[in-house]
Amino acid sequence: MVRPRQGYDGIAVCVPVTVPYARYSERSAHWFCGRALAALIAGAGIDKLEVDGLCVSSFTLAPDTAVGLMQYLGMSPRWLDHVPMGGASGVVALRRAARAVQAGDAEIVACLAGDTNHVDTFRNTIASFSQFARDAVYPYGSGGPNSSFAFLTDHYMRSYGARAEDFGRLCIAQRDNGLRHPATMMKRRLTMEDYLNARPIADPLRLFDCVMPCAGADGVLVMTADRARALGLPYVRILSTIERHNAFPDDPIQYRGGWAMDVDEFYDMAGIGPAEVDFLQAYDDYPVINFMQLEDLGFCAKGEAPAFVRAHDFTIDGDLPFNTSGGQLSLGQAGAAGGYLGLVEAVRQLTGQCLGGAVPDARAGLVSGFGMINYDRGLCSGAAILAAADE
Amino acid sequence: MTTQMPPPRKKDPTQRTRLPTQPPGGRSREALGLTAMAAQGRFALQVCGECGTVQYPPRQLCGSCLADALGWRDVADTGRVLAETVLRHSNDLFFRERLPWRLGMVQLDCGPPAVAHLAEDCAQGGQVRLALQLDRAGQAVLTARPLRADADAGEDRQLREAGCDPKGRRVLLVDGRTVLAPALAEALGKAGARQIFVGHAEPWKRSAALEAVRGLPNVELVPLDVTDSDSVRELAALIGGKVEILVNNSYHLRDGGAVDRADVNTPRDEIEVHYLGLLRLAREFGPALRARGADGDYGASAWVNLLSVYALVNNPALGTYSASQAAALSLSHCLRAELRPGGVRVLNAFLGPLEDEWHQLVPPPKLEPPTVARAVLRGLRDGLEDLHVGPVAEEIARRLAENPKEIEREIRL
Repeated sequence: MVRPRQGYDGIAVCVPVTVPYARYSERSAHWFCGRALAALIAGAGIDKLEVDGLCVSSFTLAPDTAVGLMQYLGMSPRWLDHVPMGGASGVVALRRAARAVQAGDAEIVACLAGDTNHVDTFRNTIASFSQFARDAVYPYGSGGPNSSFAFLTDHYMRSYGARAEDFGRLCIAQRDNGLRHPATMMKRRLTMEDYLNARPIADPLRLFDCVMPCAGADGVLVMTADRARALGLPYVRILSTIERHNAFPDDPIQYRGGWAMDVDEFYDMAGIGPAEVDFLQAYDDYPVINFMQLEDLGFCAKGEAPAFVRAHDFTIDGDLPFNTSGGQLSLGQAGAAGGYLGLVEAVRQLTGQCLGGAVPDARAGLVSGFGMINYDRGLCSGAAILAAADE
Repeated sequence: MTTQMPPPRKKDPTQRTRLPTQPPGGRSREALGLTAMAAQGRFALQVCGECGTVQYPPRQLCGSCLADALGWRDVADTGRVLAETVLRHSNDLFFRERLPWRLGMVQLDCGPPAVAHLAEDCAQGGQVRLALQLDRAGQAVLTARPLRADADAGEDRQLREAGCDPKGRRVLLVDGRTVLAPALAEALGKAGARQIFVGHAEPWKRSAALEAVRGLPNVELVPLDVTDSDSVRELAALIGGKVEILVNNSYHLRDGGAVDRADVNTPRDEIEVHYLGLLRLAREFGPALRARGADGDYGASAWVNLLSVYALVNNPALGTYSASQAAALSLSHCLRAELRPGGVRVLNAFLGPLEDEWHQLVPPPKLEPPTVARAVLRGLRDGLEDLHVGPVAEEIARRLAENPKEIEREIRL
């Protein structure tokens, strides 16, 4: 008998911030994390030391960790976490922080992710990403995540009959959303012709299937709803969350993520299903993983994402607004901050603070994360359903 | 179908010469176990002694039952391609020069999935045979070929990087007067070597081996005496920039150990030929070989040392000979490290006793020259580093791995 999990009653997520993304930067990860913290403090109108908890994610903080960053930034938190989970960092940090605040271990937790991107950062990151990657993936063509996702895409296409055009539809819809966002890095409308004729990168992936690495930071604050109200901050509630690591280890190749293990509990806890959310912020470093999220989070059955994509409109004004900021495919992938992109966008949509296009009357939204191709598959998955605060 | 390699052409000096680079060579200590297996051409992975789970990538404890009981065992080398890609972009200089590059995700029949370099003629979803091979960084990688390889599979542009196929390459065979020379020259010629320079010292001395070599196609005799620094230097000045594979078959075997020896003349000769000879060759031919490691499709690729298996453990009946071979072996490890930046492989072939005049008093089994030549050709094609040729050498290698003290006491081969 599995004990039911406690809800997140009385917890607020607020002050979504973004340190503007840059293709390359000479700044350090410390700078990006610090500027995110500064934006969080300014946005909340609180004193720096009122932040008594921090949760940090970064790939490029080495040789430091969250600990060293505290001295660098002059912080004295009574609760500190370091979440090295790549694209799942945002959801996982949210879970950790919410419980810490609920239990009284911290009053205001700053959840943030920041990474720099020097000209050689991406190459160095993928060359030493993990022991398994260094031993058994990188020496094979040194394609980085491109080659890993090429395998998953190739396998998915052959198993379920997905066509390049199906992936293209989603990429084009995301780009439309991105063009409404002031900070988009990809500034041109994407047509199907552009998508299909783009330079091949790692068959079957083409240029616009791949995110652009960049520098940047994102963050949110987690505190009690009482505190948020007292500070006059618009906030969202957490209805449900899940996380899972190394799901389905016996699958020979990844065709589903950890969401599929936990999806029933996820919606039971939320009290609503996929049909009731007003938008989906999925982790989109490559379109095939978007397809898996649509399936594994119950928007359609396994293998039906291609048909689902053909039948739906994923733009902000469509029937399933999807990656409403444009996602990483439009804004860029700022390292671990890519794992926060959906979270900050969801909080913005549900609190009326959109930087780009707003989903009309959005009351509930789903955020999903996916990260860490340690060897042959993404190991971390997570998801959260957020809801607008009651009036 | 495997795309045919264009034939080697005369070099155009106005064209850019591709400089040697290496694929990423960083590995964990446990992954170097793969390199040890690849160096010998074995397909062995870690297997848990408790639960039998085959592990890949390598690790320090069993990923299934967490036992501290992993050992390297030969495992089934077949698998099925689950997914494939052709890279059109790479973050690494070595691969950037060689795009497009084909990769597969292969389900190994022995258990784990693995990323592998994929031969061009692998069919989608098809069965493949895997091998652990050394790449140009000298580290182990998995390569996959179809179960029934094309006749021209040796041509595969990508997998050729892991081997040192003599086809289209120019070879220097150091000593034309040894009993192995005709067989080696003939085998290299049949394997498609473009030109075979064969060295000979003391041209006034009649030699049946040299006469046999002289008549072979694509052979050019060149003066070379490895005991003479000037001779080695002069030859390197003439052909050093053309040699893509160097086969050092220098050989000076005499009986005898240390205690009952009247003088040190013979041991000095052995050192001159085996150790200093190798050193002279390394000084004069090494720089050009290393610099030309990526020079076109047929760039410099290998240095072969034919060594006695007694380089590994001293045979007192051939005591000083064994010692000189051990000195050469040690120097070969230095050479290997120094040629690695050029991607040039050093292959040591450890031979048991040969069927020749110097082994008259040694009981069989003894090696026939064509056996040695076949083994060396296989070692080159597969890109091995260590090759034990014949039953005696194989047994000594096994016994050494098991108990070096036992073989030191009981060597009677």
